[in-house]
Amino acid sequence: MTITYLITGGTTPDGVQTDIAIDSDGVIAELGQNLRAEESVVIDATNKIVLPGLVDLHTHLREPGNNDAETVESGTRAAAKGGFTAVHAMANSNPVADTAGVVEQVFSLGKQAGWTDVHPVGAVTVGLAGERLAELSAMHDSAANVTMFSDDGICVWDPVLMRRALEYVKSFDGFIAQHAQEPRLTEGAQMNESALSSELGLTGWPAVAEESIIARDVLLAQHVDSRVHICHVSTAGSVELIRWAKSQGINVTAEVTPHHLLLTEDYVKTYDPVYKVNPPLRKDSDVLALRRGLADGTIDTVGTDHAPHTEETKQCEWVVAAMGMTGLETALPVIQHTMVDTGLIGWHDVARVMSANPSRIYRHTDQGQLTDTGGLVQGAVANIAVYDPSHKFVVNPTEHDSKSANSPYKNMELSGQVTDVFYRGHQVVADARVTTPFQHSR
Amino acid sequence: MRHLLATRNLSYDNAMAILDTAQEMATVSARSIKKLPTLRGQTVVNLFFEDSTRTRTSFEAAAKRLSADVLNFAVKTSSVSKGESLKDTVQTLEAIGGDAIVMRHWASGAAQQLANFGWSSSAVINAGDGTHEHPTQALLDAFTLRHRLHGLQASGKDLNGLHVVIVGDILHSRVARSNVWLLHTLGAKVTLSGPPTLMPVGVTTWPVEINYDLDALLTQQPDAIMMLRVQAERMSGDFFPSAAEYTRGWGLTNDRYKTIEGAGTLIMHPGPMNRGLEISAAAADSAQNTALEQVANGVSVRMAVLYLLLAGQPGQ
Amino acid sequence: MVQEPVRKARTVMSESDIHRVLTRIAHEILEANRGVEHLMLLGIPRRGVPLANRLAEKLAEIEPEYVVLERTGQLDITLYRDDLARAESRIPATTIIPPAGIDNAVVVLVDDVLYSGRTIRAALDALADIGRPRTVRLAVLVDRGHRQLPLRADYVGKNLPTASSERVMVQLAEIDGGDDDYTSDQVQIVDVMH
Repeated sequence: MTITYLITGGTTPDGVQTDIAIDSDGVIAELGQNLRAEESVVIDATNKIVLPGLVDLHTHLREPGNNDAETVESGTRAAAKGGFTAVHAMANSNPVADTAGVVEQVFSLGKQAGWTDVHPVGAVTVGLAGERLAELSAMHDSAANVTMFSDDGICVWDPVLMRRALEYVKSFDGFIAQHAQEPRLTEGAQMNESALSSELGLTGWPAVAEESIIARDVLLAQHVDSRVHICHVSTAGSVELIRWAKSQGINVTAEVTPHHLLLTEDYVKTYDPVYKVNPPLRKDSDVLALRRGLADGTIDTVGTDHAPHTEETKQCEWVVAAMGMTGLETALPVIQHTMVDTGLIGWHDVARVMSANPSRIYRHTDQGQLTDTGGLVQGAVANIAVYDPSHKFVVNPTEHDSKSANSPYKNMELSGQVTDVFYRGHQVVADARVTTPFQHSR
Repeated sequence: MRHLLATRNLSYDNAMAILDTAQEMATVSARSIKKLPTLRGQTVVNLFFEDSTRTRTSFEAAAKRLSADVLNFAVKTSSVSKGESLKDTVQTLEAIGGDAIVMRHWASGAAQQLANFGWSSSAVINAGDGTHEHPTQALLDAFTLRHRLHGLQASGKDLNGLHVVIVGDILHSRVARSNVWLLHTLGAKVTLSGPPTLMPVGVTTWPVEINYDLDALLTQQPDAIMMLRVQAERMSGDFFPSAAEYTRGWGLTNDRYKTIEGAGTLIMHPGPMNRGLEISAAAADSAQNTALEQVANGVSVRMAVLYLLLAGQPGQ
Repeated sequence: MVQEPVRKARTVMSESDIHRVLTRIAHEILEANRGVEHLMLLGIPRRGVPLANRLAEKLAEIEPEYVVLERTGQLDITLYRDDLARAESRIPATTIIPPAGIDNAVVVLVDDVLYSGRTIRAALDALADIGRPRTVRLAVLVDRGHRQLPLRADYVGKNLPTASSERVMVQLAEIDGGDDDYTSDQVQIVDVMH
């Protein structure tokens, strides 16, 4: 066993400056001061933060079905560049990931790509149609070992179906990730329902449509003693409901996207569909409540909801434009901007909400390992992101590794750059550029 | 002014410039030679993604009276069946060469997108976009009000102190939105009335008063009452239980009309009218109804807009 | 801050000069027309309008059968200009044609300064769209030369040789009376030096 990489002088999330040695088995071999290793590659991380590799519970990789927008390869390359070492690919591909065959295909494409772990999310219902359960056990028992199920993009609206799904996944400690959107209240919805939607003549997506489903589902989870995860929480009311549910001991976890932590409905005034997303951008008061919820632990994790779209589905009239925005390559700078630079959380919390918590929710054992104080763990798989928080840049989506350029942060000035990423002990990003993928053994 | 997209951000000065110019255009429409050489050599493209013979004809008459060439381009698409994209259509028209695009579109914001996204170098006039705005309709309504009140002395006068009641489906009405903003800019007091289901969320932040009781409003003898057209498809959306119930609550029925008959209250309607639904035949045919003047004034106002946008260099 | 160009102004016509030449022009018009029959004065906004009104008053003084209100109007030419694309669009002024109409009338167009001739060209076009006068004449307070079209005035208050870099400024109480720098009616030549 030899030391292959030595990361020196970086600060881990516990605030300790430490060197990190990675060995040829892809494991963190040693942590400590003044480590030495002959013939290893040395990465100078002085003045940088060394984070456990980020874990995204909410990614759209578009393959199979819409390879023009993204592929597993391009999407995970973008993820690696953003500091992620694991992504969870949502089920709304074409065909839908509602069978063992499709989830195994995505899982296998992820391994071939070798940029990050790819965990397919299984559909809750066949074809996302909301009518009958997909073969959840078969997907769990497949090579992809799926434990997370979601009809994301569409709400599991039927309360009986939702109850059955919550019950069914208990047999293998799985969980349902709900896209909380009451469908009748959001028919034709285009943006947050508010005075602004009225002024702009766009059909509103009221907060109550999200909150009523969350209220129902936390009560269902309590009733059947199962786990529910709320995707992309977007309103202040939702935060309150989840806070209440947690205080009741209900097994609920919640996620927020970077864009809901930064952007508001005011951007819709431009009618530029790059700001069209589901759930929609809300108001200042919602943004502040989401930030507080993430800081106080009501919201467990940041999920990017990276949703690449081709130019033709965005360069059109607002009402027919696709919903969604890219986010993998800007997630960490946006979290720094909205949460760290505002003093709401520190780097230990960043490591928790972007790595340790999502790993714990999924029950990963090889991602997001962190000591109680926020240190990296000796003997853990070397999934590591090195981050320079002082690097200032202007977002230019055409430079992104994602195949799509629908970033709402275009031309915005942000701070922070992922300079180096180790995935299973292999350096997949060096000097902020992707290098070579990790070779999975067959 | 480079474009006319909305009345929401139309300044008082620009609104008055349009109305005062329209006043002069109206005298041209009254003479035997109804033509001016002003826009000779310029091309106005009527780009209609939604049928509207009235609005298109009005713009066409306006452009022709100013000696502009007119191209009519109708695109048969809907939000359901997406055909040729707006961007492609507009770039095709750019290649033909137009100086102004008058656009009617089913999508809210389409005119603003056209003006701001670098798809076209033409001046853009919004002839109605989705449920957003219809600025020339509001301008012609304001012109009609002003003309009824001040006649030939109207130039330079705004609508300060007037009380205008807008009745009906505010939620889905671009005419209502454009009128609310413009009437407010020109100093009028606006009251909205109609079923609460057809009031937009957040309407209390608009510069208007809300009063669901139309009868009470009519006793105040407002200067004008604007009856919006009831769209048949709203009845299936459970916005109100039945046409009869709508008419009982918010139609300008014969009984209601009698309470303002002969008073100064003008009856306005953007047309086409649903007689017996939002307006009774007696009210529709009364001298207080300005519907036909609105049509005539529409040409003058659109001439003014075309002239102000196209005749000079765009200034600030 | 934009530096205001230095201006040197010299007065070339005083209030009494203006008064005098308008009286003369009134007489010339009557003499040429052999009376007031069919006569109609149309001022071109802005400053042609008060000049036309003043001339009309003088005509009425000399020939009481000339009824000012029935024989005097104004003709806006904004919508007939050939230089619209060169400047920001202006709100057109009002055209007022006396009820009798211009058909068969002897129309005297009145303007303050005759320069390139383009305004008068536009006025002739505007007149043609309104009706068919028997004759059209032109009266101006000042002819400063530099014609770009084959036009000339029938009645001229003062011929004023100028350089094209100079501006001729006419101040009349009816238009400029409210301005701070208005003292009395006058015509000035302003040399604009940058």
